[in-house]
Amino acid sequence: MSGKSRREFLKKSITAGAIATGLSSSTLKAGPLNILSPDRMGVLVDTTVCVGCRNCEWACKDAHNLHAGNLDSYEDRKILETKRRPDHTALTVVNEYPRGKYSNLPIDVKVQCMHCDHPACVSACIVGAFSKQENGSVIWDTDMCIGCRYCMAACPFQIPAFEYDKALDPLIMKCDFCFDRTKEGNLPACVNICPVEALTYGPRTELIKVARKRIKRNPDRYIDHVFGELEVGGTSWMYLASKDFKELDFPDLGKNPAPGVSESIQHGIFAYFVPPVSLYVLLGGIMWITKRRKELGTEEKI
Amino acid sequence: MNHELVNPVPIKHKFFTPGVIVLFVIAINGLVFLMGRFFFGLGAVTNLNNEYPWGLWIGVDVAAGVALAAGGFTTAALGHVMHREEYHTIVRPALLTAMLGYTFVAIGVFVDIGRWYCIWHPLIMWNGNSALFEVGICVVIYMTVLYIEFLPVVTERFIGKVNLPGLLSGLNKLVDKILRLLDHGLSKTMFVFIIAGVVLSTLHQSSLGTLMVIAGPKMHPLWQTPVLPLLFLLSAVSVGFPMVIFESLIVSRSLKLKPEMHILSRLGSMIAPLLGIYLAFKIGDMFIRETFVYLSEFTTASVMFSIEIVLGVIIPLRMFLSPKVLKAPPLLFTASALVVFGVLLNRINNFIVAYTPPYSTESYFPSIGEISVTVGFIAILVLAYRFLVMNFPVISMPGKQTAQPTKYTIRGVEK
Repeated sequence: MSGKSRREFLKKSITAGAIATGLSSSTLKAGPLNILSPDRMGVLVDTTVCVGCRNCEWACKDAHNLHAGNLDSYEDRKILETKRRPDHTALTVVNEYPRGKYSNLPIDVKVQCMHCDHPACVSACIVGAFSKQENGSVIWDTDMCIGCRYCMAACPFQIPAFEYDKALDPLIMKCDFCFDRTKEGNLPACVNICPVEALTYGPRTELIKVARKRIKRNPDRYIDHVFGELEVGGTSWMYLASKDFKELDFPDLGKNPAPGVSESIQHGIFAYFVPPVSLYVLLGGIMWITKRRKELGTEEKI
Repeated sequence: MNHELVNPVPIKHKFFTPGVIVLFVIAINGLVFLMGRFFFGLGAVTNLNNEYPWGLWIGVDVAAGVALAAGGFTTAALGHVMHREEYHTIVRPALLTAMLGYTFVAIGVFVDIGRWYCIWHPLIMWNGNSALFEVGICVVIYMTVLYIEFLPVVTERFIGKVNLPGLLSGLNKLVDKILRLLDHGLSKTMFVFIIAGVVLSTLHQSSLGTLMVIAGPKMHPLWQTPVLPLLFLLSAVSVGFPMVIFESLIVSRSLKLKPEMHILSRLGSMIAPLLGIYLAFKIGDMFIRETFVYLSEFTTASVMFSIEIVLGVIIPLRMFLSPKVLKAPPLLFTASALVVFGVLLNRINNFIVAYTPPYSTESYFPSIGEISVTVGFIAILVLAYRFLVMNFPVISMPGKQTAQPTKYTIRGVEK
């Protein structure tokens, strides 16, 4: 069954179930937008090319109205001595690792949301604020967010961050694949600024071909692994590297989509609302029978 | 038919005792930290961060809170669905606990979510794929059901006794009439709510287990399993009666009542099989996934898992099998308390101990603020329970037999 018809199907069954259980179906929505377009875009990150200039960090902050500071201040390489994670002040960060097999230079790895093809956050979000867009971006609607942080617990890459220090209007923050820029035909800010073309933006299927070609042409330079091609069912952002991804702090994840098991359990329990409704009927039956038996017993004694 | 004649009455007792004053202090301390959370944000009071988004409040206030309120639906199923009328004396106290328990679960969620003023969003913004959404909706509906189930206690308390102060006294007759109408309507329809309560409970007790499934490898393999929903449901079912016994014995002692041992012993005799089923699934799951290998290493996870199983399941299971334990209040209390402890620890383990993010720089331990708020909420819950049983007909006085055949007629099904 195709993705769309399955959604339709689900929508219908939930509606039917809701009517059966006496719930209002007027506001019912099966789930958030979760498109897996064959034309979705992606970025190929070649960590063997990246020089760790951190211009992408600056451009990202600049594009997202975060405090970016002076671009020159990003030349300070001291900060690369500690491993950092994206947070509400920086949606992407670059970490540095000891050199690999082909070069004497250290390896730099840009970290941001991977924009999964089957995003755990989209599946988990209690209000369906997250969505997978047609162009591959995984974005979210801040106005819907209740701040429950289940997306953070669900994300296999530990990406969404939260503004813990704000008493009012704290936000979930993560890379949005520059959705507002790409919508208007611009490149994502980080891809746009990268001076060494370590980042390649393009249709995901094309990027996989490019990656494979590079590995084939330079087998000494790359290990034979495109991280993100298959991990957790595939991600929009993919990586090439000169040494094992585990040594570059990439998580060791299987090929199954992160929300797979949880969604099948969830839909199993609620399949067309049949299990809850049958349980209701069953309990009603037991209640009626035990009551009847009790009444008969009483009569007999009298 | 041998009807157990019971008579729930407001218990007459002094409200303030030294213990109650201590509870007040704990409650106020918690509320002070809670104010900090609302004025300065979650980061100011909790140890939560981007690595550990969920902590004590979700693990204990919400997850354990829901599990330990399971006495409500298990006794409802026993007393009302299966018509075991001899257990009716415990249904009302268990119902009150469940009602207060779920109220505090809701409050727990309210203080934990960052954008608390949006708490109503899930009511109109649906995501059928989200286990959290399912838990949220079920808890809201079930809480409403619990309040409806408790309404007869309120009507019973006030019918014929409505006495509004001052100018409002003119409305006395009207209010009385409304209460009578309400009572009449409820008596016809209560069975609908009772069954709904049981169904809703089985749904969200299990979905609470589905919650962490999506965290995948972030969760220690000793706990991470696709059968988590089943384990959560089975453990909730097996903690229902122990929680009722635990509470009943505390209440009897605190309010100087005679413990209802004839009922509690019988209730206790049903616990061993329930615990046994839970244990069988838990051990079976461990062997099928071959996770017992993790028990050979000495880590926080293996120690916590062992404590949870041995102290929280196996020892009380053995105790409940002994007739001696069932008859002696101190032993029965100990065994019940161990089950309660076991399930509490299981929820803490699932939501906190088992959770290890891939990029973790330090491990999570709840802050003084988080602990204060959690303990404070428990104190307030106990105080509310005490106040309500002193003012509403919840607890039955043993030995006092009156004309009322059951304390909680299955309204609607009973004639």
